[in-house]
Amino acid sequence: MRAPDTILPLRTDGLGFTAGGVPILADVDLTIEAGAPTLVIGPNGAGKSVLLRLLHGLLAPSAGCVAWDGPAPNPERRQAMVFQRPVLLRRSVLANTLYPLRLARIAGDESEMRARAALSLVGLAALADRPARRLSGGEQQRLALARAAALGPEILFLDEPCASLDPAATRAVEEIVATLAGRGTKIVMTTHDLGQVRRLAGDVVFLHRGRVREHTPAAQFFAAPASAEATSFLRGELLW
Amino acid sequence: MQDLASAFATALALIAAGDRSVAQIVLLSLRVSLTALMVAALVGLPLGALLAVTRFPGRRVIVVVLNALMGLPPVVAGLLIYLLLSRSGPLGPLGLLFTPTAMVIAQAVLITPILAALTRQVLEGLWDEYAEQLRSFGASAARAVPTLLWDGRFALLTVLLAGFGRASAEVGAVMIVGGNIEGFTRVMTTAIALETSKGDLPLALALGMILMLIVVAVNVLAQGLRDAAGRWTG
Ligand SMILES: Nc1ncnc2c1ncn2[C@@H]1O[C@H](COP(=O)(O)OP(=O)(O)OP(=O)(O)O)[C@@H](O)[C@H]1O
Ligand SMILES: [Mg+2]
Repeated sequence: MRAPDTILPLRTDGLGFTAGGVPILADVDLTIEAGAPTLVIGPNGAGKSVLLRLLHGLLAPSAGCVAWDGPAPNPERRQAMVFQRPVLLRRSVLANTLYPLRLARIAGDESEMRARAALSLVGLAALADRPARRLSGGEQQRLALARAAALGPEILFLDEPCASLDPAATRAVEEIVATLAGRGTKIVMTTHDLGQVRRLAGDVVFLHRGRVREHTPAAQFFAAPASAEATSFLRGELLW
Repeated sequence: MQDLASAFATALALIAAGDRSVAQIVLLSLRVSLTALMVAALVGLPLGALLAVTRFPGRRVIVVVLNALMGLPPVVAGLLIYLLLSRSGPLGPLGLLFTPTAMVIAQAVLITPILAALTRQVLEGLWDEYAEQLRSFGASAARAVPTLLWDGRFALLTVLLAGFGRASAEVGAVMIVGGNIEGFTRVMTTAIALETSKGDLPLALALGMILMLIVVAVNVLAQGLRDAAGRWTG
């Protein structure tokens, strides 16, 4: 169990984002608590990636705010994100995993241990010395996940971590996510795979056209979606 | 025609025999240009990288000035260094004028803007790609500089080779601040200029061929590095 020293819950208040006069996200009031993974779903262009960037602090809100309500200091150092398109450094697989650890001033031995453990976790231990950019798309995605997990963040944002994975690798990533969640890491993750939502989610945030239409426990979301959009989304009928 | 052929033959003989004065000139050229390259790289690479990762008012102006300085005529650079180093100039008391050190300074001044401007161009693309990820890791712009320099290393080697090529090929600056003193500040380019004007074609040709050889070798090296880069950049 995690010590009481925590940065969670994460709360947004009237959060909005506008790009070049075009509203992308508006009126987002969310509270994200410690516990089972929060899955963010919605059609293409709904604003899922933008929401994760805002929460992670990579984008400055145009309206409202993102607040870390827990007592622990330095929330920006206790989170990590895996992007929809992983950005790998032009270095070896191991060096990629070590990079953020060194940046966080984690001692040499400790960071090496953590990096290798994270690579084993995603099944890339044997490829440690390979150039990272030569990995397959799926391997690159797993490396990005290992690199973020090695940091041991309290909250981990995952933007479609299974987007280009085969079914077996998807299962493997789901297991990793479940393992991390079991260790007390809060997962906030986007996906287009409803089966995955059923398997992993504690709660679901449903986004449509830049607005949160629903934020409910997963069981309730599937049993009785509150909005008409979520209902047709679940039936596979909702387009953008 | 006869003259030219015999000049070639004599030139080849000079190279084959490892003529001492030829060797001395070649070695001094390499020493001066490589030292200038090192000095310019120490300033130009971090400067270019910093310009790639930072956004501040006046940055555009610096970029434009750097790009303009890339075309700085060597004789103008030579003249400026001459004025600084001449006996009545601000750095006159150092007594550097007409020494190899003065030549190093002139070539370094000439190629630092080239290295900085090319580094900025190369690393700006890399930064576009990396910026968000590095920010997510909590890296400051200052911390991003060594990261980009390392990850752009293969492209930057080509930048260094461009700088070296420019330094070793120029005549004007080293002629003015070095003085082309035999056995002391005479390098390949100044020797070629002098010997040609004196009509001593064999020596000029021998040096010209060696200079060409170096340029070709440098380019072969550059190509090899680009191929190696492909393995890492994917
Ligand atoms: N920096 C930006 N500037 C302008 N428009 C943007 C920017 N970032 C995102 N958008 C727009 O905001 C909308 C939401 O984008 P976002 O990437 O969050 O969608 P998404 O829900 O993640 O979609 P997908 O499922 O396709 O990944 C899109 O229409 C996109 O074009
Ligand atoms: Mg997205």
